[in-house]
Amino acid sequence: MKYAYYPGCALHATAIEFDKSTREVCVALDIELQEMEDWNCCGAAAAHMTNELLADSLPAKNLAIASKMGLDITSPCAICINRLKTANKEINESQEIKEKVSQVIEESYDGQVKARLLLDILATDIGIDKIKENVIKELKNLKVVSYYGCLVTRPKDVAQFDNVEDPQSMDNLMAATGAKAIDWPFKTVCCGADYGTPRTDIVLKMANDILSMAKDLGADTIAVTCPLCQMNLELRQKDVEKEYGEIYNMPILYFTEVLGLSFGIEPKALGLDKHIVDAMGLLMRKGLI
Amino acid sequence: MKYQVSIFNDLTEFLNEIKDRTGYDLKECYQCGKCTAGCSTCFAMDKTPNQIIRMIQLGMRKEVLESKTIWLCASCETCTTRCPREIDVAKVMNTLRLIAQSCPEEVKISSEVSDVPLMSKIFLWTVKYTGRLYDFGLIALYNNLSGNFFKDMMKGPLMFKKGKLSILPHKVKNIKAIKRIFKRAEELSE
Ligand code: SF4
Ligand code: SF4
Repeated sequence: MKYAYYPGCALHATAIEFDKSTREVCVALDIELQEMEDWNCCGAAAAHMTNELLADSLPAKNLAIASKMGLDITSPCAICINRLKTANKEINESQEIKEKVSQVIEESYDGQVKARLLLDILATDIGIDKIKENVIKELKNLKVVSYYGCLVTRPKDVAQFDNVEDPQSMDNLMAATGAKAIDWPFKTVCCGADYGTPRTDIVLKMANDILSMAKDLGADTIAVTCPLCQMNLELRQKDVEKEYGEIYNMPILYFTEVLGLSFGIEPKALGLDKHIVDAMGLLMRKGLI
Repeated sequence: MKYQVSIFNDLTEFLNEIKDRTGYDLKECYQCGKCTAGCSTCFAMDKTPNQIIRMIQLGMRKEVLESKTIWLCASCETCTTRCPREIDVAKVMNTLRLIAQSCPEEVKISSEVSDVPLMSKIFLWTVKYTGRLYDFGLIALYNNLSGNFFKDMMKGPLMFKKGKLSILPHKVKNIKAIKRIFKRAEELSE
């Protein structure tokens, strides 16, 4: 199994632990990732709300690179995959958009490269049995809630993955590691997206709702697959605590870090020492490192 | 009577404008309120999503385009997923943002939400000139342009220490190609 790897901007910066753990887990599962040469930003929400043609063209440029590599694309980032899939859908549904995009990116792209979320590949193609075979350290004491956020399952016709209101894929992967996967009602609520800087008040409220529900249910961590969700819940956690007078001290782990830990991979190789809220401390308290 | 007729004219005009741009006929909305019930950010909005749709039905173009709501919608797609009339409400919201930005002489964006489009513009500048998101540049530019000079600055040193923030951008090799993408996308969208 081989994919063109599109890390996306966050994985080279604020989410380096997501990049590290993705690479480690894929090696363990025999998934070959070939990082795309000279990939560019997908445009995220900013392009989407500014110029629709630009919002299709930035991902299309990356899809065209993968097309030349003769590979489908994977990224662990829910936002990047949403933008790549949306561009594909629009290019495939409208000849006019397809032509305009080709003009903008100065090359033709036929809309045929598939973009898949790494979570989807692990849950659907690799499967729980193979994941379990790789688990050498059961994460017995760890209680995890799986948080999918907005874009893993929505919009339904773009994502085409898992149950749109009550997804299970990440919960199943977490349970496969031996951790206790706690069911909860906040799997697909929004974290406040990119309002962290322009309207911090909004994000602090939404992050507090999510963190307090996780805490009430006894979770040690929230597993995520989106660098923006992770940032709102972890990097802004101190501000949330200050604003709402709560103490959470809850590291927010990428689902690949949890998997990697159960595969017996060194915590530092997974980037677990990179968290703003001390993840190594939690794992030590739980007797997992 | 005269008043009603003028409303009626505006009414079809705005509805048609939205239909042309999104493909959705908002006359089909029967105001069940489901979009609002599940809306992630409606606690902060001045008009709820179903009110926005109703105002479009009534042709209230200026009021809709000047609402804070369209800038507070987080594009979470919950409304779109749940609307029983299969209206893509999130797409309508995004289209309203695009229309509002395209006519700055007519539409005044409230200062309580104007940092949202500002942030997007800065994000895209960093992409245009480096090919990728440049976090340090983004925050520095935002703080200067918004007047919030110290916003999020306390997080910098910690992020830096963890290797999560770099002072210099990670540029793509073929910057010229990226700049041309921006230029052509702007030209062809006109
Ligand atoms: S959910 Fe759909 S039909 Fe119901 S009020 Fe919202 S837009 Fe109208
Ligand atoms: S997409 Fe916007 S309007 Fe719709 S539910 Fe989400 S925040 Fe509310």
